[in-house]
Amino acid sequence: MADLPYRIVIGLEVHVQLLTKTKLFCGCATQFGLPPNTATCPVCIGLPGALPVMNRRAFELALRAAQALNCHLADFTKWDRKNYYYPDLPKNYQISQYDLPFSRNGWLEIETADGAKRVRIIRAHLEEDAGKMLHDETGAGRDSLVDLNRAGTPLLEIVSEPDLSTPEEAKAYLEEIRLLLRETGVSDCEMQEGSLRCDANINLHIPQPDGTVAATPIVEVKNLNSFRGVERSMKYEADRQYEAFQRDGRRLAPGEKETAGWDEARGVTVVQRRKEEAADYRYFPEPDLVPVVVDAAWRERVRAETGELPAAQRVRLARDYGLSDYDIGVLTQQGRATVAYFEDAAKRCGDAKAASNWVTNRVLASLKEHKQEIGDFPLTADRLAGLIAEQKASGLNKQAAEAVYNRMLETGETAKMAIAHLGIKAVDAGALEEIVRRVIAANPKAVAEYKKGKTAAAQSFMGAVMRETKGAAKADVVQKLIAEELQKL
Amino acid sequence: MSLTPAEVRNVAQLARLDLTDAELTAMTRQLGSILDYVARLQQLNLDGVEPLAHALEVHNVFRDDEPAPSLPVAEALANAPDRRTRGEGEQFYAVPAVLDTEA
Ligand SMILES: [Zn+2]
Repeated sequence: MADLPYRIVIGLEVHVQLLTKTKLFCGCATQFGLPPNTATCPVCIGLPGALPVMNRRAFELALRAAQALNCHLADFTKWDRKNYYYPDLPKNYQISQYDLPFSRNGWLEIETADGAKRVRIIRAHLEEDAGKMLHDETGAGRDSLVDLNRAGTPLLEIVSEPDLSTPEEAKAYLEEIRLLLRETGVSDCEMQEGSLRCDANINLHIPQPDGTVAATPIVEVKNLNSFRGVERSMKYEADRQYEAFQRDGRRLAPGEKETAGWDEARGVTVVQRRKEEAADYRYFPEPDLVPVVVDAAWRERVRAETGELPAAQRVRLARDYGLSDYDIGVLTQQGRATVAYFEDAAKRCGDAKAASNWVTNRVLASLKEHKQEIGDFPLTADRLAGLIAEQKASGLNKQAAEAVYNRMLETGETAKMAIAHLGIKAVDAGALEEIVRRVIAANPKAVAEYKKGKTAAAQSFMGAVMRETKGAAKADVVQKLIAEELQKL
Repeated sequence: MSLTPAEVRNVAQLARLDLTDAELTAMTRQLGSILDYVARLQQLNLDGVEPLAHALEVHNVFRDDEPAPSLPVAEALANAPDRRTRGEGEQFYAVPAVLDTEA
C-alpha cells in the first residue's frame, strides 16, 4: 500500500451477540429464527413498571471476552440510558454503558502483510440490542414492520482505536475477533444471523505539497454484515474520499461525522446523515440497575476460564512443534479442537510435520466434504498417528497412504487392518530389486525405446513396479533401482 | 433563565415532541426553573466527596440465565397502535415508513 498518495485510517466498532439462553434483562429466549414477536415480555418491550435484572451469564461472558482482548477489567461498573427515538427501541432508550464501562485499554494482535500488528482496543462494554425493522422495499412508502424478538438481547460492543491502515487489516481484525470469541465460547459470531456486526469509521490522511497533512471527513459505514463487505466497503470508501477531496478539498471539521450505509449489491457506500452528537443521546445513569463490583478473585476466575488464546497458541505451536507460520495459521484458524487433534496425533506418532500435513490437507478436506466437526470425525488422532507410523515404517508412497486413509475413514479400520485388506505388503529391498528386474525383463519394447534415448520410457517401468507393490514402495527408491538396472543393460 | 427556547425546541425534537408556541414558552419556563434549582447544587463544596453512581448501596444483583415464559403475541401487540399479519400468521407492529435521513 506504500504507493498510495494517502494513508487510510480505520477504526472498527464491533457488536457481538453473547451466547446466552435468555436476554440481558429478562427471561425471554434469544434463539434465532423464532416467529416475530413471540419472545417478548413487559421488560423487553418497555411496559410501564417492568424492571430489568442483569443476566449473570451475559456479564461473565462479557468479562471473558474483555480478558481475551487483553482489556483492563474495571473494579466498578454501571449502566446508563442512551436516549433516542426509533421504532425498534420500545423504551425510547437503550441500556448501555457510558462513562464507566466494565473494561477498557486492550489490544488484539493481527497478521498483516508486514508481520504481526497490535491493534489497540479503547473499550468493550455490555449493552442491549434493539429490535428488527422490516422496511418496505418497494419504494411505495408503505408502513415498516417491527419485530421485537431481538430487543434486549445481550450485546458486547468492542471499539478499536483507529489503528487499522488497510481494508485487509480491517478484515483480518474482524476475523481474529471472531476466532477469539468463538474459541472462548463468548459468541457464535454468525454474521448471517446478525450475531457479529460491524461499523467502520474511516478517513484519509493526505500529505500536502506544503508538508502538512490533510484529513478528510470521517465517515462511519454502518451495519457491515460480511467480512468481504468490510474489506470492499473500505476500499470503495477510501477511493471515494480521495476523489471527493481532490474535487472539493473538504477537510475534517472537529466533532463532525457522517453516516453511510453499504450497498453490497451495487458495491457502493451511500452517505445517509450527519450523526447525532454524543450529547444528543442525553446519557444518564440507569436507576433501575445497580452497579457491579468485580474483585480480584472474580478476575482470577475469569482468567482461569478463558483458556489458551489463539495468539498464545501460535507461539506454542511454533516453539513445541517447529511448524511453519502457514501451517500454524491454518490450524489455529480451525479452533482449539482441531489444534488438540493435531497435537494428539503429533505426540503419538512423533512426527509433527507429517501430522500437520495430514491434518491441514486431508483431514480438513474430509471434514469439509462430510460437513463434520473434528469432535465427530471417525478417524481419530491415534488412528491417524497409526497411519503415519505405518507410512514411515513400510515406506508407503503417497497414493498408497491416501488409499489407506480413505479405507480407514470408510470402514473405521486401523492403519494395519486397512493395509492388510488393501493387500499392500511391505516389500524389503531384495524383493523390490527382484520386482524391478522382472518388470524390465517383461517389457523389451520399452527397453528398446529407452536405449534409443527415450528416457521417458523409464516411467512405464515405474508404473508397473507400483502396481506390483500396490504402492508399498517409495517412488524415489524405485526410480533409483530402475536407473541402476537400466544401466546394467 | 438558564434555558433558551431554541434549546427546548431541540430537546423536544430529539424526543419527537411537537410543541406549540405556548407550550414552548411554558416548557422553557418550567424546565428552566428545574435547572435553576439543580444549579444550586453546583455551589456546594464537594472536595473529597466520592461521585455517587447509584442511590442504592446495593451492587451485584443478577439473575440466572434461565428462560421464563414470554407474552403471547396477541398480548404483546395489544397496545400497538397498528399491527400487520404477514405470511403464515407472522405478526408485527406496524409503524409509518421510517426515513433514515431523518433519524
Ligand atoms: Zn423479555
